Amino acid sequence: MIAFQNVFKIYNSHSVALEDIAFQVSPGEFVSIVGRSGAGKSTVIRLLIGEEKPTKGRIFFGQYEVNKLTDRELPAFRRHVGVVFQDFRLLPMKSAYENVAFALEVAGRPQREISDLVPQVLDMVGLGDKGKNFPHELSGGEKQRVAIARAMVHRPEVIIADEPTGNLDPFHTMEIINLLLKINQLGTTLVLATHNKDIVNGLNKRVITLDHGRIIRDEEKGKYILV
Amino acid sequence: MITTLSRIIHFGLQNFWRNGLLSTGTVAITLLALMVSLGLILFGVVTDAAVASVQDKIDISVYFKTSTSEDQVLSIKQVLEALPEVKNVDYVSRDQALEIFKTEHEGDEEVLQAISILGSNPLEAYLNIRAYKPNQYALIDENLKNPSIAQYVSSRSYSENQLVIDRLSRIISNVSLGGFALTIILALVAGLIVYNTIRLAIYSGRDEIGIMRAVGASNFLVRGPFMVDGILTGTIAAVLSLIIAAPVLSFLSSKLGGFVPGLDIFQYFYTNIFSLLGLQLLFGVGVCTISSFLAARRYLKN
Repeated sequence: MIAFQNVFKIYNSHSVALEDIAFQVSPGEFVSIVGRSGAGKSTVIRLLIGEEKPTKGRIFFGQYEVNKLTDRELPAFRRHVGVVFQDFRLLPMKSAYENVAFALEVAGRPQREISDLVPQVLDMVGLGDKGKNFPHELSGGEKQRVAIARAMVHRPEVIIADEPTGNLDPFHTMEIINLLLKINQLGTTLVLATHNKDIVNGLNKRVITLDHGRIIRDEEKGKYILV
Repeated sequence: MITTLSRIIHFGLQNFWRNGLLSTGTVAITLLALMVSLGLILFGVVTDAAVASVQDKIDISVYFKTSTSEDQVLSIKQVLEALPEVKNVDYVSRDQALEIFKTEHEGDEEVLQAISILGSNPLEAYLNIRAYKPNQYALIDENLKNPSIAQYVSSRSYSENQLVIDRLSRIISNVSLGGFALTIILALVAGLIVYNTIRLAIYSGRDEIGIMRAVGASNFLVRGPFMVDGILTGTIAAVLSLIIAAPVLSFLSSKLGGFVPGLDIFQYFYTNIFSLLGLQLLFGVGVCTISSFLAARRYLKN
């Protein structure tokens, strides 16, 4: 489903973000990409969603070769992916309901479908009664749950979560991870980038460890082992 | 497509309403720019009226020898009227000239007595010639030097007033050119101010553009609401500019009438309100929409 083939990302001779990255992710997998800050996790995510282009190598996502997508082709590709960011990236002038609905609206889904789906998904993330609230009226955990609802509402094949718990306390962190596990159990592939050791070790899922832009470990049911 | 368009309009209206302070600021700046634009249009009207009023006072007269018959003068009048530079020619016969003279000197017994002592009409018939533009008088005067006309002419006023006419011609031409240059410069400045205001407004929403792109919104869907905002801003500012201008012009109209005879600026405003609204909409909506289009483009990469 997802394949990185000998991917390099070099900003300049002193800044090599990724070096010869190669891995594959199969449908339905839950993969954690771990490493210290600056190891290259976020770069992998940015390359995967087409926010940046690799210096060398190829990146496949289903039928798309992401590194070859033009600016015009990117929106259609991104509608196949759900992305959750550390800073939530909610639209501040839209309510929780409208933020979730927006993912369907950009895909051109009919209004009736949106009116049916959005409350269901908000219920699923435990925010059925917060649909009318604006982001500034929600707690960090609630904001992230809205972001997850937005990422999953259009039923993407993959959800990519980049440090989704980075801004949350331990209680909300567990809440979000449980939600991501639940989504994965329903069949969605999940790619989680994190440097939170406790989360990774508690998951007992596949772990890809990055260090200085290189993959140093790729284990089924792995652990986050500091180098 | 219809669904996307209706969503773009909905998002645009929603953004405009929810970003109330920012929208008000943008409308206020656009309104100021449109007031400048309306001021320039009306300045043009006042300048044109003033120039026309001065031009109207300029003419040249050709005096014919008393031996010239009326038919000969009238045939010269026809020749002159056929010239492309000539706006109109008025014929004043010797009798009419005498009547005018008497009217002008009514109460001046000495002058009137002197005329009656002469026993015959000493005054010459003449033609008053008006050109379309002051700088055309020299050309008309050249035609009057043609021997077929010159043989009947006793004097021409152009040679006497040449300096004044040329000076007025230069002043009128400079006023027109200066007005045009001022219009272009101020319109450009007003346009740039609106562009920068909208650019700042969109800059403040650049993160939102990034979020929309990350969620999979097409460039059309991201840019569209900003353009709807631009259309709305331009329309509101255009309508407001006319609402504000109406009482101001009503107040200024009588004062301006004193400077430029025959000019009623409020009447002009009232009569041309729809074309003025059209121009204001064209400028306001045009500048705001193009500014939104250009300013949003910058953040539509990746």
